[in-house]
Amino acid sequence: MYNFNYKKASSRDDAVAAQSSADDGSYLAGGMTLIPTLKQRLAQPSDLIDLADVGDLAGISDDGGAITIGAMTTHATVAESEVVTSKIPALAALAGHIGDPQVRNRGTIGGSIANNDPAADYPAGCVGLNATIITNKRELPAEDFFTDLFETALEEGELVTAVSFPIPDKAAYAKFPNPASRYAIVGVMVAQTGGETRAAVTGASQSGVFRAADIEAALGSGLDAAAAKEVKVSADNLNADIHASAEYRAHLISIMASRAAAAAG
Amino acid sequence: MPTVSMTVNGKSVSAEVEPRTLLVQYLREHLGLTGTHVGCDTSQCGACVVHVDGESAKSCTMLAMQAEGSDVSTIEGLADGDTLHPMQEAFRENHGLQCGFCTPGMVMSAVDLVRTNADPSEQEVREWLEGNLCRCTGYHNIVKSILAGAKAMQG
Ligand SMILES: Cc1cc2nc3c(=O)[nH]c(=O)nc-3n(C[C@H](O)[C@H](O)[C@H](O)COP(=O)(O)OP(=O)(O)OC[C@H]3O[C@@H](n4cnc5c(N)ncnc54)[C@H](O)[C@@H]3O)c2cc1C
Ligand code: FES
Ligand code: FES
Repeated sequence: MYNFNYKKASSRDDAVAAQSSADDGSYLAGGMTLIPTLKQRLAQPSDLIDLADVGDLAGISDDGGAITIGAMTTHATVAESEVVTSKIPALAALAGHIGDPQVRNRGTIGGSIANNDPAADYPAGCVGLNATIITNKRELPAEDFFTDLFETALEEGELVTAVSFPIPDKAAYAKFPNPASRYAIVGVMVAQTGGETRAAVTGASQSGVFRAADIEAALGSGLDAAAAKEVKVSADNLNADIHASAEYRAHLISIMASRAAAAAG
Repeated sequence: MPTVSMTVNGKSVSAEVEPRTLLVQYLREHLGLTGTHVGCDTSQCGACVVHVDGESAKSCTMLAMQAEGSDVSTIEGLADGDTLHPMQEAFRENHGLQCGFCTPGMVMSAVDLVRTNADPSEQEVREWLEGNLCRCTGYHNIVKSILAGAKAMQG
């Protein structure tokens, strides 16, 4: 690992100021992605700005129609949260199946979405549930936030502060995990919120999370699981690696969407 | 170099470290607590699991600086003098280890499981061990040990 300066930020403003005055500053959240990256020398930030002590970035609040989750809230906290388990059980289940217990104890929702790994679970959760990403500068719909493989709409130094999830009428997430890492080979969040049906797919595409229009059409307003299973998804632009071919991933999209729809019921 | 201070196995410790020092390096190289192992560089094997403020964490994927002010416990802090912790005793009784390389991480992870779930089922134990790899045992006796250890911890 290359060396860097380390600073624990005391507030949001302190974090943003430290980032902007550094040559090449990186925020540090749970470190579950950033530290392995540094260990492999795949990144060389001049400064790490640790968000752990910025107290108002962590926590879950129930605003009636929506649940807002602070950026520094860990996966374990989301999975165990009474509010999330009762209002959006699909999201609690998604968080509870990320990686392993130690990754869930430290990894955060803000770090996960800022990183936008094409096989990460939260991007599908955010797009499928039509979440709003809140930063220190603006609010934007999840669909506009995740722009490409490991790319987001975040500008240099922009800080994710929270994610707000409208409470869906029905939702479920189904993932076919990589047996070693637990990242999604394919994961699909199927949700119906205010009459709109969404199917957001992670793990499959070369450009990250996307909404599968043909699956959404087949699911319709009744979340027809059998119809979703019959959809022949194109393998164009899907990932192919040692874990799964593009054709297999295409097949898994219909199957996972159908399983999620059946579970959402 | 910045100074880092924390409590390790009940003792206050403090040292000057480079910011890039991992918690596991601090434990092993500065404090000589070599019971915490390093088995991979991909954050997947769990040989390095310790408790930070009561929760299990991979000490290879944390900077020592991130543990500033924290209460850290390692495998060395588990026994009470010559009396093994019930989870350690259960591993011994149930042949839960062969080479023993993964064992400190397994035991620390298991103790955290019992903190969150006092009476885990076999399935729950197996799922909890997602972040702990063992090259020797085939897991069967590890699972048996943890089920026995959980019972013993309930007293
Ligand atoms: C063994 C293992 C298995 C895993 N399995 C899964 C899995 O099954 N599914 C899954 O989805 N993920 C998985 N992960 C990734 C895990 O969920 C990470 O927690 C997550 O990707 C990153 O979150 P973090 O809080 O650790 O962020 P960090 O690693 O601290 O940061 C990641 C990036 O986000 C930036 N960042 C962090 N917080 C903010 C913020 N508030 N605003 C702006 N930028 C920010 C950082 O600068 C950095 O670039 C796994 C990780 C490991 C090590
Ligand atoms: S050494 Fe393998 S997970 Fe820490
Ligand atoms: S006992 Fe040898 S690695 Fe587990």
